[in-house]
Amino acid sequence: MRPGVKFLSDTLIEQIIDEAIQILCKLGVEIHNKPVLEMLADHGAVVDMQKWHVVFKQEIIEKALGTSPGGFKLYDTAGTQTHDLSGDNIHFTPGSAAINVLDYHTKKIRKPITADYIQYAKIVDQLEHIASQSTAFIPSDVADNVSDSYRLFLSLLYGRKPVVTGTFTIESFEVMKDLQLAVRGSVEDLKAKPLTVFSCCPTSPLKWSDVTSQNVMDCAAYGIPVEFISMPLAGFMAPVTLTGSLIQHTAETLSGVVISQLSVPGAPMLYGGSPAAFDVRYETTPMGAIETMMIDCAYAEIGRSLGLPTQAYISLSDAKLLDAQAGLEGGIGATLAALAGINNISGPGMLDFENCQSLEKLILDNEICGMTLRMVRGIEPREDFPALPLFQQLLDEKHLLISDHTRKHLRAEHYFPGPVIDRANSSRWEQEGSRTLEERAHDEVNKLLESYEAPELSEGIKSELVDLMEGEARRYGQDSLPVRD
Amino acid sequence: MELLKQISETLQKGDHEQVVELTRQALAENLKPKDILDKGFIAGMDVVGEQFGWHEIFLPDVLMAAKAMHFGMELLKPLLESEESAGLGRVVIGTVQGDLHDIGKNLVGIMLRGAGFEVIDLGNDVSPEDFVETAITEKADVIGMSALLTTTMSAMKKVTALLKEKMPDGSIKTIVGGAPLSARIAEEFGADEYAYDAANAVKRVKQLVP
Repeated sequence: MRPGVKFLSDTLIEQIIDEAIQILCKLGVEIHNKPVLEMLADHGAVVDMQKWHVVFKQEIIEKALGTSPGGFKLYDTAGTQTHDLSGDNIHFTPGSAAINVLDYHTKKIRKPITADYIQYAKIVDQLEHIASQSTAFIPSDVADNVSDSYRLFLSLLYGRKPVVTGTFTIESFEVMKDLQLAVRGSVEDLKAKPLTVFSCCPTSPLKWSDVTSQNVMDCAAYGIPVEFISMPLAGFMAPVTLTGSLIQHTAETLSGVVISQLSVPGAPMLYGGSPAAFDVRYETTPMGAIETMMIDCAYAEIGRSLGLPTQAYISLSDAKLLDAQAGLEGGIGATLAALAGINNISGPGMLDFENCQSLEKLILDNEICGMTLRMVRGIEPREDFPALPLFQQLLDEKHLLISDHTRKHLRAEHYFPGPVIDRANSSRWEQEGSRTLEERAHDEVNKLLESYEAPELSEGIKSELVDLMEGEARRYGQDSLPVRD
Repeated sequence: MELLKQISETLQKGDHEQVVELTRQALAENLKPKDILDKGFIAGMDVVGEQFGWHEIFLPDVLMAAKAMHFGMELLKPLLESEESAGLGRVVIGTVQGDLHDIGKNLVGIMLRGAGFEVIDLGNDVSPEDFVETAITEKADVIGMSALLTTTMSAMKKVTALLKEKMPDGSIKTIVGGAPLSARIAEEFGADEYAYDAANAVKRVKQLVP
């Protein structure tokens, strides 16, 4: 039996969806993009072009849900399947789009540069329990206009895993699509084997910007999966109650489903989000708040009830250092997300709300992910019945350390974390230098940078990636890209 | 030489039947028992110890290899000189007087044997006199003492004191271990070494018996 967690009754789920549909069909949504509004009008929605406003019809929502796929797969740069985003399968991805990194040596939060991003890509490539890369932070040594595509470029050059990413402008889509085509070879191959997921964020409350709504349409055209990132802030840009925030999240996310599915029926999507509690003392949006995590798990229940694969920004921390708060918030979030069966879990490595990535935290979170992946495999009887023969053996031999039963099931039953998780007795720990978690994590960072092997991308693909990126940089007045090695 | 390497590798895999088979073969080919011990068994266990240290293999794998060595030693022992059969050295081990907990001590015994030491296991509730007399008559290099209880561990102090009285030249070393112990307490009890776990005990005993 797979262990799980449930926050909503079936009746409450139905009520929430009903209310969300009412909002879409009575109050409507603002969408600041003409082609999207025109498309919605073509399908019978009531559009007011002057006010960038659209009122949905129940039929088009139902039609969109009718063509929504129940899941999709992702493939790495070599074309090998890495993800099956369906059912209650879970996959972890680093929290994405931070503007800062935590510098291990100075313990200060600072702006990242290309060298930081390459280190990050090399490490994620080797983390067993982190299934995909994300464009985790924004290198500050390139022009703003290319900072979105540049991350994808570096990820494809240095990592193998699929990439959770997104664009900051409408124009960037072109090059970010072309970078993927360079790896895959053709539009058909890219559609057959998706390489990325694009995050597309509505703006709370009930609004889509020009960029993000256009992205949804563009991605659908190329079969690039999207994840809708609705961000109701409970008590600020959304009702203070968790149920109220869930209604808003459902309405905003369903509006994304409609844009995507009416653009291209069957386009791959994740029912995602990054809602948060709003802390009215600090004016912040704590990702480590238990209410944030509850909303995440609950909307995933709603998404699944609609037959859609899910995503959430959960297992992040608001701490500014790799301290106990960083560990506990990451740990609680990952555990709940795994139990909730959220298909794409975005969070590892992230500190300071969604602002700061840490390589050392990624190392720690990889272990947390490993533990939760073990947890959701649950407790299954192996060769435990009948029990008497094994117990007779235990009584005879006084231990089971070398019994066949132990040796056969040890590694499947027990997850053995890496050295960042301290399990030595205190004397051993002292004799080995009394090293802190942060120091042990940093040791692992160095070890992985040492053991990294570049992906086997053909020279042709590599030079095409470089040409595309250099061309894009030139378009925005940057004559050359930062030095990479 | 190829055969000794094969013995070492088979032992690393913990295949005791194959180790016995290969040892027989080596003896039939007139290889020296001491060479089989050093370049086959102990060389294999050294690799196992190293892999265990790196977490490449786990305790059950080490114990399987030790078991394979034990079976091989049954064949070699009658053919080895007394000094040779002690391998890397001879260690008397036991749980101290008043203490009946022997799981940790047993583990240390298996690991020491596996590393190539001859181990004389006195069991549990061992009196200071038994420890010291056995060590002297058996010409042991080291006495290893284990305790699980804070109330019993002070018996270690009596052993080190008695040993000093009977063997003032310091030729027999002592090592202690167990949950309530620490390097500081070991020093306080007059022990030469302290080990925090069974694998560490092997390392420390090796240091005591150069």
